[in-house]
Amino acid sequence: MDTLVVTKKGGRWRKFKKSIPFYLMGLPAMIYIIINNYMPLYGLQIAFKDYRVIDGITGSTWCGLKNFEFLFASDAWRITRNTVGYQFTWLILNTIISVFLAIFLNEVIGRRAKKFFQSLIMLPYLISFVILAYVVFVFLSDTGILNTFLGLFGIDKISWYTEPKYWPIILTIVNSWKSVGFNTIIYLSTLVGFGKEYYEAAELDGAGKWKQVTKITIPMLKPTIIMMVTLGMGMIFRSDYSLFYQVTRNSGMLYEVTDTIDTYVFRALTSGTNMGMSSAAAFYQSIVCFVMVMIFNAIVRKISREDAIF
Amino acid sequence: MTLLKKKNRFVLLSYIILTLVAIAIIVPFWILFAASFTDESWAVNHGFSLIPGKWSTLAYQYVLSRWETFGKAYLITICVTVCGVILCLVVTAPCAYMLSKKDLFGRRVISFLLIFTMLFNGGMIASYVNYTQIFHLKNSYLAYIIPNLVTSAYTIMLVRSYFQSSIPDELYESARIDGASEFGCFIRIAIPLAKPILATIALMQGIAYWNDWQNGTYYISDYGKWGIMNVLNSINNSASYLSTLTTQSEGVPTTTMRLAIAVIGILPLICIYPLFQKYFVKGITMGAIKG
Repeated sequence: MDTLVVTKKGGRWRKFKKSIPFYLMGLPAMIYIIINNYMPLYGLQIAFKDYRVIDGITGSTWCGLKNFEFLFASDAWRITRNTVGYQFTWLILNTIISVFLAIFLNEVIGRRAKKFFQSLIMLPYLISFVILAYVVFVFLSDTGILNTFLGLFGIDKISWYTEPKYWPIILTIVNSWKSVGFNTIIYLSTLVGFGKEYYEAAELDGAGKWKQVTKITIPMLKPTIIMMVTLGMGMIFRSDYSLFYQVTRNSGMLYEVTDTIDTYVFRALTSGTNMGMSSAAAFYQSIVCFVMVMIFNAIVRKISREDAIF
Repeated sequence: MTLLKKKNRFVLLSYIILTLVAIAIIVPFWILFAASFTDESWAVNHGFSLIPGKWSTLAYQYVLSRWETFGKAYLITICVTVCGVILCLVVTAPCAYMLSKKDLFGRRVISFLLIFTMLFNGGMIASYVNYTQIFHLKNSYLAYIIPNLVTSAYTIMLVRSYFQSSIPDELYESARIDGASEFGCFIRIAIPLAKPILATIALMQGIAYWNDWQNGTYYISDYGKWGIMNVLNSINNSASYLSTLTTQSEGVPTTTMRLAIAVIGILPLICIYPLFQKYFVKGITMGAIKG
């Protein structure tokens, strides 16, 4: 009995000693992760404090849930509705568009043409939202293309950046334009792996192309679609604030339909007003996000273990 | 016969739709480009159009005349991108190699520490307070590089899976018999064989650094230290910054000048992209498969 324990202990010690060179290799990254990801967790308490820069985190006085009260009284509903509303709609819409684009892209026969469309479709994904804001500006400014175009039909100029009602559509178009390509490539790479024999068999049975798409392609894509959508659902509480901030040019008149949790926090940070309150908003987001990711990851695990994040 | 016809019809439909999509992607780029070459006063009176009503290179001339401002911003962004990408690889690859060792002592704990960062984070404000109050990154060039260094622990996991799946253990064993150290194995065997994934990561990271405007906005308040995206961001969103650029002379082509800088801001990406396109596709699909 005793000897068994000793050898076991010795084995662990040897394993540890053998691991030391590897620890040294991993050290820089681990230090970085601690600095970048773990140390800020200490700052989460700002959400519960009457934070003043001079006093620092530790020196500021506790204020309980006061920061959250403000948030829930006025803005929480608006920013939550905008965040979840947009993210949910876009998740569904972009999935549909990109599945179909992938199917069409798979039909392209020439290698050159295929490569051309593939490269082009991803190009928007590379572009910074800062630049995209300029592109949108050329379309929507008072002297923009859209107003010039409307002028041809004798319609008066629209001041786009002050009219909230158009923005849900504008943001949707901009978002799809930028992000559809990425998903298309993912679905395409799944499609390419499918065997030709199913389609050949279907053709022999006289199934048309459309029938092949609905009866073979989409059912075979289903696992990937479910996975992508489920993972997307976990992220539904996070919005890309670059999009909401840059493309709307941070126009205050549009906040009703363009303010999300992320832009709310970002504005508070850059304007320096009420850090406690925006920290409360960030805390609220982190918690909800964590719960959502856990739930949907558990669902993904149920469907297919390999595709889960952990 | 009719079946063949039907099939061809579907292929034709695919081509038509993809062509429309291609147009929808190219047109906005073209419009930005065309608008930047439009004469300023013509644009104010008649608006922008697909083909400039009156061509002018005044905007670009102005940008060149203020090259000490824009050129510096450009140079900063280039340096940040290059340094950031190199540093990212230097930090990511060895850590991924460590995690790829199945008999590493404490592997599960270390993996958990990494994965947890993907699930929960302190948010922007906590990060900001951390970097400014403890590490004093405010107005330091490091603020461009450090906060984005490993955009997600996911990158490390991606490289780790590559090491695990595409490099057989026998290679290491034979090297060890030849007297190579663990570090020697990493440098001489793992790195050369992992080139495709490292190129992918470098490209993704490079794009992230090139496009980043957030860190500059948080941490850099000194105009002289701004990268090109921050200059663009401020021209777009802050009238006071715009006035610092344009006070000296009257008749500056304010609108078209911005567009000219935007065009200069995307040019490098559009030039580099075709060369690295295949790595990019690879990166996306690899991410999806292991996602």
